[in-house]
Amino acid sequence: MSSWPNGVLVQMLDPLDKFRQGDVDAFEELFRLHQRAVYGWILRIVRNPTAAEDLTVETFWRIYKAHARFEVARGFEPWARRIATRAALDWLRARRPESELTEEMMAKQTTGRSADPGVTAEIRSKTAQAFARLPPTLRVAAILSVIEEQSHKEVAEALGISVTAVKLRVFRALRILRKDLERQGIKP
Amino acid sequence: MSTHDEERIKDLLQQALPPVDAEPVPERDLWPAVFRRLNTQAVAQPRSRWVWFDWALAAGLALVAVAFPASIPLLLYYL
Repeated sequence: MSSWPNGVLVQMLDPLDKFRQGDVDAFEELFRLHQRAVYGWILRIVRNPTAAEDLTVETFWRIYKAHARFEVARGFEPWARRIATRAALDWLRARRPESELTEEMMAKQTTGRSADPGVTAEIRSKTAQAFARLPPTLRVAAILSVIEEQSHKEVAEALGISVTAVKLRVFRALRILRKDLERQGIKP
Repeated sequence: MSTHDEERIKDLLQQALPPVDAEPVPERDLWPAVFRRLNTQAVAQPRSRWVWFDWALAAGLALVAVAFPASIPLLLYYL
């Protein structure tokens, strides 16, 4: 499932070339076209709207800084997504795991859309906290593949790793999560 | 970990952390912040051209000038 609409690349050929030369107007055009998708991608990873906004700014700044290295043939979207993923990962690495679960997020999580009545709010909360304790690289792979249901290929491209490595990271994340929950007396 | 366990953990995870809405939108226009950042970078750029190598070279030349004052005319000649 792609967050970017089809046909965007065709419309953008000229601005892409201009952007590569460092043209700020072309960059603004690209920004207007892709900011929602980049913001959405980052929000999926960091799950914090304020941080996602700041990281979107950071991502586009990094994109502009690297304009000379941009390869038009490879497309803007995958490149932007990769830079956005790296920025989000840097943010996750710089934070304490517990601080990622704000009260607002927890409230949203407990009112989640497909809540199983057999799973209490306490279990959901403990699961979210255990997930936040995972290493950021595993967390990103699991959040994008399992929660956001992005294809392994897309996740692999965004992380700059192979599809096999994504599968391995997801498997390791789930295994660590299960052990953590079992230690807390929750038998999945 | 069996396939059943894996599916159960995935299910638990999806309930604990529901997916983000299909098309989330930032609450503010982010372009002014990006543009401000670009300008800040553009202003700061001339300073960043003094990389560590330039400073090391300058320090080395200063050291040579202090240690061997007779070399100063030679250094000036080549500058």
